[in-house]
Amino acid sequence: MSSDIFYQTISSLAAQLAAKKLTSVELMQAVIARTKAVDDRVRAFNSYDEGDALVQAAASDARRAASQSRGPLDGIPIGLKDVIAVAGQPLTASSKMLANFVSPYDATVTRKLKEQAGAVVWGRLNCDEFAMGSSNENSAFRPVSNPWDLTRVPGGSSGGSAAALAAGEAIATLGSDTGGSIRQPAALCGIVGMKPTYGLISRYGLIAFASSLDQIGPFARTVEDAALVLGAIAGHDPLDSTSFNAPVPDYRRELAVKKGPWKIGIPKEYFAEGLDPEVGAAVEAAIAHYKKQGCEIKDVSLPNTQSCLDTYYIIATAEASSNLARYDGIRYGHRSKAATDAIDIYAKSRAEGFGAEVKRRIILGTYVLSTGYYDAYYLRAQKVRTLIRQDFLNAYQEVDVLLTPTSPIPAFKLGEKSDPLALYLCDIYTIGVNLAGLPAMSVPCGFTKSGLPLGLQLIGQPFQEANLMAIAQSYEQAHEWGCRHPSL
Amino acid sequence: MLSRLFTMSSAPEFNIDYVANLARLSLTSEEKEKFSRQLGDVLHHIEQLAKVDVTGVEPTAHAFPVENVWADDRPRPGLTVADALLNAPAQCANMISVPKVVD
Repeated sequence: MSSDIFYQTISSLAAQLAAKKLTSVELMQAVIARTKAVDDRVRAFNSYDEGDALVQAAASDARRAASQSRGPLDGIPIGLKDVIAVAGQPLTASSKMLANFVSPYDATVTRKLKEQAGAVVWGRLNCDEFAMGSSNENSAFRPVSNPWDLTRVPGGSSGGSAAALAAGEAIATLGSDTGGSIRQPAALCGIVGMKPTYGLISRYGLIAFASSLDQIGPFARTVEDAALVLGAIAGHDPLDSTSFNAPVPDYRRELAVKKGPWKIGIPKEYFAEGLDPEVGAAVEAAIAHYKKQGCEIKDVSLPNTQSCLDTYYIIATAEASSNLARYDGIRYGHRSKAATDAIDIYAKSRAEGFGAEVKRRIILGTYVLSTGYYDAYYLRAQKVRTLIRQDFLNAYQEVDVLLTPTSPIPAFKLGEKSDPLALYLCDIYTIGVNLAGLPAMSVPCGFTKSGLPLGLQLIGQPFQEANLMAIAQSYEQAHEWGCRHPSL
Repeated sequence: MLSRLFTMSSAPEFNIDYVANLARLSLTSEEKEKFSRQLGDVLHHIEQLAKVDVTGVEPTAHAFPVENVWADDRPRPGLTVADALLNAPAQCANMISVPKVVD
């Protein structure tokens, strides 16, 4: 593990804080200094409030001095994707539409991190506009760079969350995942990223993209750190009607208890044409590792995989067109100065406030929901979604977990993929998970010859996060991929 | 899967003026031309779903069953007037101002 304080894990820092070898203020100062040193190149942050972070850190130190620590996250700087509300701070979704918006309230995850866990909520992280994209190039402000190669993308849409963590600008971060927006950037930036089961984490205070698919989740340096953050933000919330009502396990304790060998399914459809050979080889090596550990490796089939992309782009855009109707220039957000009447305010404010990808998705979503096309597109997609979900549930009759690549390719060059369809293809291994509502995570599994990180995806059964993380950790602990850091 | 994506030909019928009006989105002529072409490609791809046999399949709106959540009809603290107006583009006398809607 690196000696640089900003590259250490939560579990290591929590021990140092508890032993009074370090204060939260010192830790926060180190993270602020690091951010100032590298973020003009990485561009991971949309904004941060140094003074507010230091006040939170000082409060954490005071709690610790009074023996009132709230646990391992107390005093740990955690960055939030700029789609998660923090009271009194900007909330932009990386869109001109919300460039001047200040959140009047905390998201439930923000409140839990601050009030229950004592974490220092640190900055708002760049992303694709309204979380729509796979490269972070759709940010209306500026693209994020991959810390491993500044000429390449960090992935998206939670690119800032992934890049900030990989660059040592936070100790953990939160993102949101609608079709792979946590897992794909985690893979491209060489860190752990987790999309929990739909309903495990409250979406209250998360700017909505596609409500039946969106889920908040952690980025972390290790599976154990991800478990700590997940435990802090999970749980039922009366403010989100889709939130699942069940007790939250102590995930870190569960990790120590759950032992293999496991039955691991390899879906053949995820190793098809388009998979980069270096990604394929790294994932094959991970499969060989599990086999050597005594796990049963079983070929399985998810026959409706080839329908996932189409189904996703119908359902996600339909829900987005509905969700984004609220940005009309009336109560908040950008209002056009060129508008002459009420209807004109809507049309012109939206034209000026939204970027190209958001407009494309609103139009596509409006079209598939419009009279005469609803049955052919939206209703049919919902039926195919049933088949896709059934494929996964059938596979789980035979195996505990599925193992696939996270992304078909390593980080690509900024500006390399200008065609929307080419970018949509980056999500082919991750979108099925959202349609089926399953938990999944990306874990580092090596590097390309040119030094770009690679990730493998493990897909678990509904609400079996502890099992999923235990399987991920058994691989992680036998390798040291996550211990490397980019030279910045 | 990849080859299927990159062999696209004609797009299905798609009237961008009609859809943009439904979406209350004013588009430039360049955007109309560009989005029509790009979305034509996407729609052509999406047409593949018509080949999937969905006879007798129930639609899935949410991955897990979602039930209505009922709350007691009791007042509780909400946003203050100042907070509610915090982000209003234009305001007057504790209200959001908009252009005249009815003559």
